[in-house]
Amino acid sequence: MLLEVKGLTKFFGGVAAVKDVGFKVSKGSIFALIGPNGAGKTTIFNLITGALPPDSGTIRFEGRQLVGLKPYQIAAAGITRTFQNLQLFSGMTVLENVLTGAYLKGRTGFVKSLFCLPSKNREDKRIKEEALALLEEIGLEEAAGLPAAALPFGQQRLLEIARALASGPRLVLLDEPAAGLNSTETRSLAAYLKKLREKGLTMLLIEHDMETVMEVADRVLVLNFGHVIAEGTPQEVQADPEVIKAYLGEDDQVA
Amino acid sequence: MWKKAILRPAAVLLLFAVPLLIKSNYLLSILIVIGLYTIIVQGLGILMGYAGQVSFGHAAFFGLGGYTVAILTTRFHWPTVLALPAAALLPGVIAAIIGRPTLKLRELYLALATLGFGILVHIAFTEGKELTGGPSGITGIPYLSIGGLTFDSDIKFFYLVWITLFLILAGINNLVRSRVGRALRAISESEHAAENAGIDTAKLKLQAFIFSALLAGLAGGLYAFYVTFISPSPFGFHASVQFVLMAVIGGLGTFWGPLLGAAVVVTLGEFLRWAVPLVIPGAGGEYQIIFFGLILVLLMIFRPEGLGALGKCLKLSPEKMPGTGIPSKDI
Ligand SMILES: Nc1ncnc2c1ncn2[C@@H]1O[C@H](COP(=O)(O)OP(=O)(O)OP(=O)(O)O)[C@@H](O)[C@H]1O
Ligand SMILES: [Mg+2]
Repeated sequence: MLLEVKGLTKFFGGVAAVKDVGFKVSKGSIFALIGPNGAGKTTIFNLITGALPPDSGTIRFEGRQLVGLKPYQIAAAGITRTFQNLQLFSGMTVLENVLTGAYLKGRTGFVKSLFCLPSKNREDKRIKEEALALLEEIGLEEAAGLPAAALPFGQQRLLEIARALASGPRLVLLDEPAAGLNSTETRSLAAYLKKLREKGLTMLLIEHDMETVMEVADRVLVLNFGHVIAEGTPQEVQADPEVIKAYLGEDDQVA
Repeated sequence: MWKKAILRPAAVLLLFAVPLLIKSNYLLSILIVIGLYTIIVQGLGILMGYAGQVSFGHAAFFGLGGYTVAILTTRFHWPTVLALPAAALLPGVIAAIIGRPTLKLRELYLALATLGFGILVHIAFTEGKELTGGPSGITGIPYLSIGGLTFDSDIKFFYLVWITLFLILAGINNLVRSRVGRALRAISESEHAAENAGIDTAKLKLQAFIFSALLAGLAGGLYAFYVTFISPSPFGFHASVQFVLMAVIGGLGTFWGPLLGAAVVVTLGEFLRWAVPLVIPGAGGEYQIIFFGLILVLLMIFRPEGLGALGKCLKLSPEKMPGTGIPSKDI
């Protein structure tokens, strides 16, 4: 198992946003987290990436305990993410965003950066080539020189994914990557995620669009009020009475 | 492009011809002071414009550099070439000590810590009689000599300061375009996203803070060698505020910002010193502060990106450096 979460719990004030959540994600799979608004999905991402400390529970990645590590250490361990409410470096260009995402690929430190050294230039060149290749793969090569803030919303979402992929992570957490995309964009995103999975990448996916979830996910975990109410293949959870009940109160996306 | 290729070297050449054209020692001394302040503001600009942190204690680092030179050369008879690096190092070490705990916390903690630190250091300069000479300071600092070259005239000092300034400018130019420069800008834009890219934000902010303290200390050391006399008065809280003002007026995250900011504030200060008593007889330095405050407010209203961004409108050589320096909120 690439990722093993056990007994994960997080309270905000007196309210449990995440309560005793456990799941296992195998390498090279797409594991979806679904549930109504406020179910605790994003909080789970925040706990895995170290943005928030859990109140209890363990998170093991490649056998290593992540709880207690700082977010940058968790990134270095091989986990990156995208944000539900975009967090691009909007003052930077598209390419610079990806280059910053590739920070872990570089070695040049503060002092060396002050000088014009051949080793630094070689490193810059290599990382830039890789970043451009990634932009081409995701279809943003034409926009490389534009300010990130100038991109249309759909492309900003793609840029967040490119930035998350830039360091070569082994697990990527995608928080509603299709939110705000039109149906064509959503379908090409789904195709891209499947392509990444073929290359061996593991993904955790939070997604409200059930069609996308059904299409790409290998397994689905359903949350409601911080609790796990079901887990299984997309077909299994779709037929689960608990899940249907939870969703009927909200809306009827699970049809 | 051709404009840039010609304008920059031309500006540099002109600058280096200045001492040959200007016969006034007063003007030359103003240019030296502008140069020294620019060195401080360059470091502060990295801290504020890229790492998104503010220091209200840089006059203390400036003073520590000056006192290090004064004490090492007059009390301990160190060779001047060794006293100068010590003047940069000591503030760097102290910045590491203050910054390590405070930069782990968020946002305004560094501003508060440096504010307190600056006031404390100023008191220490005034009260540390045996070591610092108290309010009357230390006199008889020798001239700086490097190899066989002794910097004993304003002209020589002008070249020393401005060559140092341009070397630092070149270094910063490399820095902001590098992996570390991007990481610093990332911190000021979204700390969460920066951490998730694997950037140790606390460490990088600390490094930027140490770097800025080193430069302030270096400027202080040079200052002591220039005036050959040191006392607490130039290193008070108002000087710290003035450095922040220079950084903001010049434009955070811009290439020529620090130089512009220092030049504008020093020139204006000189002008006000001359003009204010003409309008308000018997007026002292406190009126200058009021005018600076007014100017800052007007600038923030009409040109919040600072004067460094003017180049963009005028289509002159200074291109906007990447990054806006305006930190955005996250989560
Ligand atoms: N930092 C925080 N401080 C306090 N409460 C929080 C915090 N983050 C989340 N919460 C609360 O925890 C609960 C779960 O929120 P979370 O963002 O994880 O939900 P979600 O499943 O991602 O919902 P959505 O589908 O709307 O994104 C909500 O009630 C939310 O208000
Ligand atoms: Mg969410």
